[in-house]
Amino acid sequence: MTDIAEPRLAGAWQDADWTKRRLRRRYRAERRFKAYGLVAVFVALGFLALLIGSVIVEGYPAFVRTSVALEVDFDPKVLGVGEAPTAEELQRADYGKLLREAVFAAFPEVTSRKERRKLLKLVSTAARFELRELLVDDPSIVGTTRRVWLTASSDVDMLNKGSAPRDVPEDERRLDDQQLGWIDTLHAAGFVETGFNGAFFTNADSREPEIAGIGGAIAGSFYMLLVTLVLTFPIGVTAAIYLEEFAPKNRVTDMIEVNINNLAAVPSIVFGLLGLAVFINLFHLPRSAPIVGGLTLTLMTLPTIIIAARSALKAVPPSIREGAYGVGASPIQMVFHHVLPLATPGILTGTIIGMARALGETAPLLMIGMVAFIVDIPGSPFDPATALPVQIFLWADSPERGFVEKVSAAILVLLAFLIAMNAVAIYLRRRFEVRF
Amino acid sequence: MQLTILLIAILALAVIGLYFGRRRALSAAGSNLGKLHSMPGYHGWYVALWCGIPSGIVLVVWLIIETPILEALLLSTLGPVVAEQSEAMIGLLLNDVRNLASGDVVSREVDPALQAAADRYASMKATAQAAVLAIGLAVGGAGFGWAWRRIAPSLRARNKVERFVNIALILSSCVAIVTTIGIVLSVLFESIRFFSIIPFWDFLFGLKWSPQTAIRADQVGSTGAFGAIPLFTGTLMITLIAMLVALPVGLFAAIYMAEFASPRFRNVTKPILEILAGVPTVVYGFFAALVVAPTFRGIGESIGLDVASESALAAGVVMGIMIIPFISSLSDDAIVAVPNSLREGSLAMGATKSETVVKVILPAALHGIVAACLLAVSRAIGETMIVVMAAGLAANLTANPLDAVTTVTVQIVTLLVGDQEFDSAKTLAAFALGLMLFVVTLALNIFALHIARKYREQYD
Amino acid sequence: MTEDSDAMVSLTMEDDAAPAAAGSAADTDAAPRMRMRARDVNVFYADKQALFDVDIDLALNKVTALIGPSGCGKSTFLRCLNRMNDIIDICRVTGSITLDDRDIYGRDIDVVQLRARVGMVFQKPNPFPKSIYENVAYGPRIHGLARKGRELDEVVEQSLRRAGLFDEVSDRLQQPGTSLSGGQQQRLCIARAIAISPEVILMDEPCSALDPIATAKVEELIDELRQHYTIAIVTHNMQQAARVSQFTAFFHLGELVEFEATEQIFTNPHDQRTQDYITGRFG
Repeated sequence: MTDIAEPRLAGAWQDADWTKRRLRRRYRAERRFKAYGLVAVFVALGFLALLIGSVIVEGYPAFVRTSVALEVDFDPKVLGVGEAPTAEELQRADYGKLLREAVFAAFPEVTSRKERRKLLKLVSTAARFELRELLVDDPSIVGTTRRVWLTASSDVDMLNKGSAPRDVPEDERRLDDQQLGWIDTLHAAGFVETGFNGAFFTNADSREPEIAGIGGAIAGSFYMLLVTLVLTFPIGVTAAIYLEEFAPKNRVTDMIEVNINNLAAVPSIVFGLLGLAVFINLFHLPRSAPIVGGLTLTLMTLPTIIIAARSALKAVPPSIREGAYGVGASPIQMVFHHVLPLATPGILTGTIIGMARALGETAPLLMIGMVAFIVDIPGSPFDPATALPVQIFLWADSPERGFVEKVSAAILVLLAFLIAMNAVAIYLRRRFEVRF
Repeated sequence: MQLTILLIAILALAVIGLYFGRRRALSAAGSNLGKLHSMPGYHGWYVALWCGIPSGIVLVVWLIIETPILEALLLSTLGPVVAEQSEAMIGLLLNDVRNLASGDVVSREVDPALQAAADRYASMKATAQAAVLAIGLAVGGAGFGWAWRRIAPSLRARNKVERFVNIALILSSCVAIVTTIGIVLSVLFESIRFFSIIPFWDFLFGLKWSPQTAIRADQVGSTGAFGAIPLFTGTLMITLIAMLVALPVGLFAAIYMAEFASPRFRNVTKPILEILAGVPTVVYGFFAALVVAPTFRGIGESIGLDVASESALAAGVVMGIMIIPFISSLSDDAIVAVPNSLREGSLAMGATKSETVVKVILPAALHGIVAACLLAVSRAIGETMIVVMAAGLAANLTANPLDAVTTVTVQIVTLLVGDQEFDSAKTLAAFALGLMLFVVTLALNIFALHIARKYREQYD
Repeated sequence: MTEDSDAMVSLTMEDDAAPAAAGSAADTDAAPRMRMRARDVNVFYADKQALFDVDIDLALNKVTALIGPSGCGKSTFLRCLNRMNDIIDICRVTGSITLDDRDIYGRDIDVVQLRARVGMVFQKPNPFPKSIYENVAYGPRIHGLARKGRELDEVVEQSLRRAGLFDEVSDRLQQPGTSLSGGQQQRLCIARAIAISPEVILMDEPCSALDPIATAKVEELIDELRQHYTIAIVTHNMQQAARVSQFTAFFHLGELVEFEATEQIFTNPHDQRTQDYITGRFG
């Protein structure tokens, strides 16, 4: 050993200048590298802010809507009913004419057909149903004249909320100068009002943006998640119990495990194809029904829940199991009386997160026909329905400008649900988690 | 609905069984409970299972065979009228009868014959369901009686109930396998039918994709072409763009989080980044179509570039954003899993943190990061909503990211959404594409899991 | 080299000399020159104090062993000497530690350079996931001590020779470092540390993960390395301390109980606790 020469590099430390320069360079590289990392984090955060921000900016106007007041003369002759109409007569009365007359009466100076048609564009075409509802609820109105607040048309609504610009050339606007004049007149008279848009949460889909709502979609999503929960929870938990507690270590068990891991990564649209081929074409279950959506989402969510439940079971220490065996419990008693209760918070957390994912899932639902245009709120899992994310997709595809704010608002509602579910999951984990 | 009644009846019967089984066990034991082999509750469960399971099986079997049996019966009463019709027409007819019977809209004029058939169908259905109700209850009752009579102190009720539970557990864990088999069979069968119309190699290597086939023979101009290459290239291009966005951002974010960030910064930032992963893809699709694509188009116009309004770039970038948290959290796991001894070894050599990361930690975590990338690619290939909303429909074979391209998932959705006739090459093509998608993503996943497992072994 | 020349080069970092050459003062009987001095070193982990007023000197070309029961603070002290404790956020060090009379916690000392001058070998062999060659070349590369090619090859060969590993691995330098046996891996780590010509080498229980034969080899190596470097070794094995070290420090519950020539400690300890420990009453 002793005859080995000194490393000739040893002297390198002596060259102070050179060392310092090199060190400075290395620290510059260090700072640069760290900056890249920080930039990456902020780019990701920026994307999130942009995403949420653009949704909020676009979406919040949808939570208010514009109403227009009209002096409506509930003339039985216009309605085409008798002086004391029956309920059935009122159902069938001519509310279109009633609405037209009321609109024309507000602007008696407008007489030409063309202008009158433009005038009618100020109120929603759905206003006639609002009039019908009013009369069916209270038939005594017939023959009187009263001021009624009716939903404004989408164009007026957007103009009023500032979503559609006023100061562009006339031919780039949906409403021309004359219509703007009428709106200003109504405004000046206090006949235009904006208020909270409760109908957005209770109405179902519609072709008219101003009365379209997410009530139907929420009901559809609710039934779908109900089916999914009722099926995934027991199946997922029992499968996890078997794999974690009872399964012998052999090739079949191995295969099931690999299978579950792979299923968790299969694209969701493939589950849609499965749902279409099996539930609809083979079992003839109704298309567009939440039951089929629920079944499809069940198959999709199951792997996630099994994996979550297994890790919750795995976290229960073996000493609990040995203790249970020690007092003479059978394996099944050991699991159901001792291990499962301890693993429950973890399992519930995993289930809620799985449900949240199922709630946001869209692609498989397109495959099984839940993209239909449905104006009724479903009353059971077997009725045709749509789901909240699918509703978002449908509206995002609509050409009407009025739907843009609806999409964003629906997204906000969806995100609110997701955040609430995740918050519950986090709360459960924090509150009940037993640390071993 | 009769079946709901049956379901409720079965449940009620089971609950009654639970109660009476327990009571009988108690009375059989008399004053000496120790005589019982099993706890009274197990006797209750024993009876409940014996009445619930058999009648439940009756219910399920009926649900599966109801439609085929009723249709066969209906066809036999319709007799010669339909004998000469094609299979597809019969299917359509049956569909209408079914819909008419349940009061839904039908696709044709309702003539008296159809109405009569529908009425017959409805009455047959009602009779059959009443019969099933009766059979189900009878079977349940018989099971109840049998089990009830067998209750005795020596009955090993616990073992029997537990054996049942065991079987139920095994069945549950087989659902995953059944699902996989279901996926494989459902896409495979339809694909085989598709490939009997369109040769496999024409599909795989064809350069032209225009799936509009002629519905009537005399229709002109739409022969249909099913060359999937443009879809594959489109998918690859969007995936590539997505990875170009997600990989640097995700990886650097993961490195920063794992190696440089203070615990406080990490505790605040990490959950926020995880929100990105929880945002539904339809929201990303909206963002791509209504925010990013118009912006890119505007920028392109201002610098004189022609950017398609459904450019691959917009869809790819947004998909990249979606994948960022995926890559960053998996890479974070891989980086954190690198043993601390390597980190200390490098720092003790006088390496700076960034030198340690680049020269020691990243090579050590490489397996995990590669696995993360493969999983991310698989995710990007299978992602549907973003491309459905933001990518194009026309199958352009192009390398220009500013053009519109279409992807495999977009075409599956387009082919299957809306009116469809089930046997046409057009709908079957969707299943062939689904098969491709399934095979490719499965291969990527298996490969990724394999790499990740090897990597874990390295440090265990 | 003579004492004089040693004294001349020792004062500042910039013009510091290489480690003393072979066969220098190490074997003379003159009072050893101190390379590192620690005075009143206290270490706190958050609010918990782990070391209390430790004074230890590391003598040039000597091996100093740090012994004591586990948790006594000997590793903590070792990690103060190359500021490895800096990477633990909650760790705070007070007192003074000097390397060639310059405070290593001072403002003008750069931690990266300090660690290049004070090398470290860990308890568990931790070769990087690279080839044997690249493992040894790592230090010279990051510090820019050798040009790529022949110069670097030379450094690698020399370091491997010093670590007594070259003959065993010369035909497979491109294989991964992890493919070696445990003892070889540890000697690879030693080669890696000496490739940047440190002045002091710290060893944290370098043999605890090795079998007896590998341990013997590493101990032999330590004795040879002493001629070029100043070495501090943490060990829980008293025989090992007796075999390889010239000075021994006994730690107990974060206190330095006794710091003496090894012979003195093992034959005639002053303190009752030392006596009890080396006779196996506790530990």
